[in-house]
Amino acid sequence: MKHESISRVWPDDIFDALKKADVKQVAYVPDAGHIELIASCTGDPDITAVSLTTEEEGIAMLAGAWLGGDRGALLMQSSGAGNCINMLSVPLHCRMPLLMIVTMRGEWGEFNPWQLPMGQNTERVFQDMGVYVQRANHADEVGQVVYAASQLAFSSNCVVAVLLSQRLLGFKDWSK
Amino acid sequence: MTDRKKGTLDRRYVMRTIVAQRGDTLMVTGLGSTTYDAGTVDHPNTFCLWGGMGAAAMTGLGLALAQPERRVLVMTGDGEALMGLGALATIGAQHPRNLAIAIIDNEHYSETGMQATHTQRGVSLGAVAQACGFAQSETIYTEAELEAMVPKLFGAEGPFFGVIKVNTQRYPMSIRVRDGAYLKDRFRENLLGAERAYY
Ligand SMILES: Cc1ncc(C[n+]2csc(CCOP(=O)(O)OP(=O)(O)O)c2C)c(N)n1
Ligand SMILES: [Mg+2]
Repeated sequence: MKHESISRVWPDDIFDALKKADVKQVAYVPDAGHIELIASCTGDPDITAVSLTTEEEGIAMLAGAWLGGDRGALLMQSSGAGNCINMLSVPLHCRMPLLMIVTMRGEWGEFNPWQLPMGQNTERVFQDMGVYVQRANHADEVGQVVYAASQLAFSSNCVVAVLLSQRLLGFKDWSK
Repeated sequence: MTDRKKGTLDRRYVMRTIVAQRGDTLMVTGLGSTTYDAGTVDHPNTFCLWGGMGAAAMTGLGLALAQPERRVLVMTGDGEALMGLGALATIGAQHPRNLAIAIIDNEHYSETGMQATHTQRGVSLGAVAQACGFAQSETIYTEAELEAMVPKLFGAEGPFFGVIKVNTQRYPMSIRVRDGAYLKDRFRENLLGAERAYY
């Protein structure tokens, strides 16, 4: 969770999956779980990475991207899911694809209780809206889950969220 | 807030005047009256939002990034723009040279019963855009000023921001087509060709 000397391979696996899926626009509100992925996207000459002020901007931006022929992905943490709800009407009603990659908080060893109301309800709230939710719990499955989700979104014109379990991110033991 | 000028332009006149010079510009309109105005001059290169209040400007950004060789014009209401105020910061930071945004500012939420918006209370959307780093931002009140602004909407270096002060005249809903999936497919097919639009 904290950006101290973590070394993990799954962020690169997500990046490879996005490249393989031909994603051209990546919108994000930063989360520590997305540090490496944001850096990879920002550094890629074929990807436009856009920093947002709020997650719902990304939904609208990627609707515009799709209108113009670009595939996109939206990166956020689970608290951002709540910022998106009404804006999801746009891709849902228009049958536009949308791929969201969400790092989970408020579940595995969470130290900040303020993360729980949104984190514990992210999956259900997305599903209530008609978003297809896929989970990645283990490091070695992340790349596959993201690539499969991208195929689902872009070939079936639907809205898909990949939830990256907080277990992947590890936790800080505040009892020590 | 003293001595503030009132908008006198007619919104449908503004819409007609702008689209008359659109050429192959791609347009996005925001929900409410601006989408109805656009319905009177419907075009396959126009994507009309009927929901997602606050989405118009960012939809324009995504489209402008995907189509860097094309001009993109967003037209939307003051209320719709206020709901997505953060988008102006994002667009200012991103600085797309091919994007223009025109606000049809009647200083009210006309769609929902003509309640005042913050633009009637001294908030200047044009000043916000300026402060967010738009290449140019102008606020206009007259036909002559509109005539001078239209070429900038289509040609000035972006991101360009134009606030067009209009009167509070309301018109009946004009548009027949409101299915988003159809509007999206029509737009993509016209822009990308059927093969790419549906692959
Ligand atoms: C999230 C959300 N909140 C409220 C509404 C209700 N609503 C529809 S149109 C509108 C006002 C739009 O005002 P403005 O953009 O100024 O348009 P105009 O005055 O040109 O009609 C509102 C509040 C809505 N559709 N969505
Ligand atoms: Mg208004």
